[in-house]
Amino acid sequence: MLSRRIIPCLDVREGRTTKGIKFKNNVDIGDPVEMARLYYEQGADEIVFYDITASHEKRDIMIDVVRRVAETIFIPFSVGGGIRTVEDMRAVLLAGAEKVSVNSAAVKNPEIIRQGAEAFGNQCVVLGMDVKQVEVSEAIPSGYEIVINGGRKHMGMDAVQWALKAQELGAGEICLNSIDADGMKTGYEVTLTRLISETVDIPVIASGGAGEPEHLREVLTDGKADAALIASMVHYGDYTVPGIKTYLNEAGVKVRNRW
Amino acid sequence: MIAIIDYEAGNLTSVERAVRSLGRDCVVTSDAQTIREAERVIFPGVGQAGSAMASLARTELSSVIRDVYASGRPFMGICLGTQIILSHSQEYDTPCLGLLEGEVDAFPLKMTDTDGSRLKIPHMGWNRIHPVVAHPILEGITDDDEFYFVHSYYPAPAHREHVVAECTYGFTFPVMLGHKNLVSTQFHPEKSGKAGLTILENFCRWEPC
Repeated sequence: MLSRRIIPCLDVREGRTTKGIKFKNNVDIGDPVEMARLYYEQGADEIVFYDITASHEKRDIMIDVVRRVAETIFIPFSVGGGIRTVEDMRAVLLAGAEKVSVNSAAVKNPEIIRQGAEAFGNQCVVLGMDVKQVEVSEAIPSGYEIVINGGRKHMGMDAVQWALKAQELGAGEICLNSIDADGMKTGYEVTLTRLISETVDIPVIASGGAGEPEHLREVLTDGKADAALIASMVHYGDYTVPGIKTYLNEAGVKVRNRW
Repeated sequence: MIAIIDYEAGNLTSVERAVRSLGRDCVVTSDAQTIREAERVIFPGVGQAGSAMASLARTELSSVIRDVYASGRPFMGICLGTQIILSHSQEYDTPCLGLLEGEVDAFPLKMTDTDGSRLKIPHMGWNRIHPVVAHPILEGITDDDEFYFVHSYYPAPAHREHVVAECTYGFTFPVMLGHKNLVSTQFHPEKSGKAGLTILENFCRWEPC
């Protein structure tokens, strides 16, 4: 039986990790390579990096981070943020990442999913989706809309339809982030996660809203998520990866116990 | 020296880094002579069977691989490398190397778990393996250890005695094969944390009899 994956997420700006609340007021909390090593040794099943470096010229810093992370940890990790072309994908994968995630670039140009899948295999391409709840309408029948720019720009696309389209184009996995829940620590958007996870055939990682271990249990059972992303709840030391896994184990959620 | 065969099938740097982390000398290469002279050979691969076999045929690496296997030197397949050592793959109906007799089959669609929940394809994530025979490559591995898988096809060798370990996802299927100087894993030891590194270390020390 497959274990549910617990995935710490590190936001990286110019080579340093940060964690902001709702994408604002980022504060520096450390060296991404050291943090990745810590989470690896604590039993994280995978690590996600988001490069939030604004300037395109400084993006090579992230490639160097990826290379050092790959020499340090021996579990899969993905890199997203600012990936716009197949060449951007190639640089990240060659530096040692297992997967690459595309988000707004895929919204603007869905073909990048197909191109990435054809060049590197479906399993390498993760679709990141930022989603906001809206009123049900003809354009948004599910009531969940795709947004970009940290939720500031509504794209008029239905989240369920976009997930299906991305799967058809060759995405190997979906990382589903609720903008409404992100940074609130009040729990994942379970209804949305379940809706997407039951619609697609590929794995879904739930993201946004984790504040305590119970939130992971909810989204991994009721939400049908295959994996759960965590950030501030572990970055600031409120909880640890092994502590969360112990909680999930006792609650009957199958996770990897030995590392 | 360990040769990691480069045949344009996915990212091989992770295998190289994992082997180097064990303090072992290795080289990622497509050079026939280097591979023929290596003490041990790793045959990794991420991608699909059709293009991998086309690449092997184009570069004459398929005959190099056959020679290494015949030479008795330790040979390890990983992921796609485990599949294309068999005779044939359902993926793009591809004739494969046939070092071991057998098929590579696709997971059935719409598989369900024991609790009735739907199982997704690919089989992606961490899972346990169940040894069916003792093998030096499994030394130090316990029942609780888990390994990282990403695959939509699985190896189905024709002979039961070629199965070293199995895994359950919807049903039970082989994930480690072994015969003489050949051992192979469907999972990625280079991405499976300390348990995976143990497997690689065991391979680096293995003296097949």
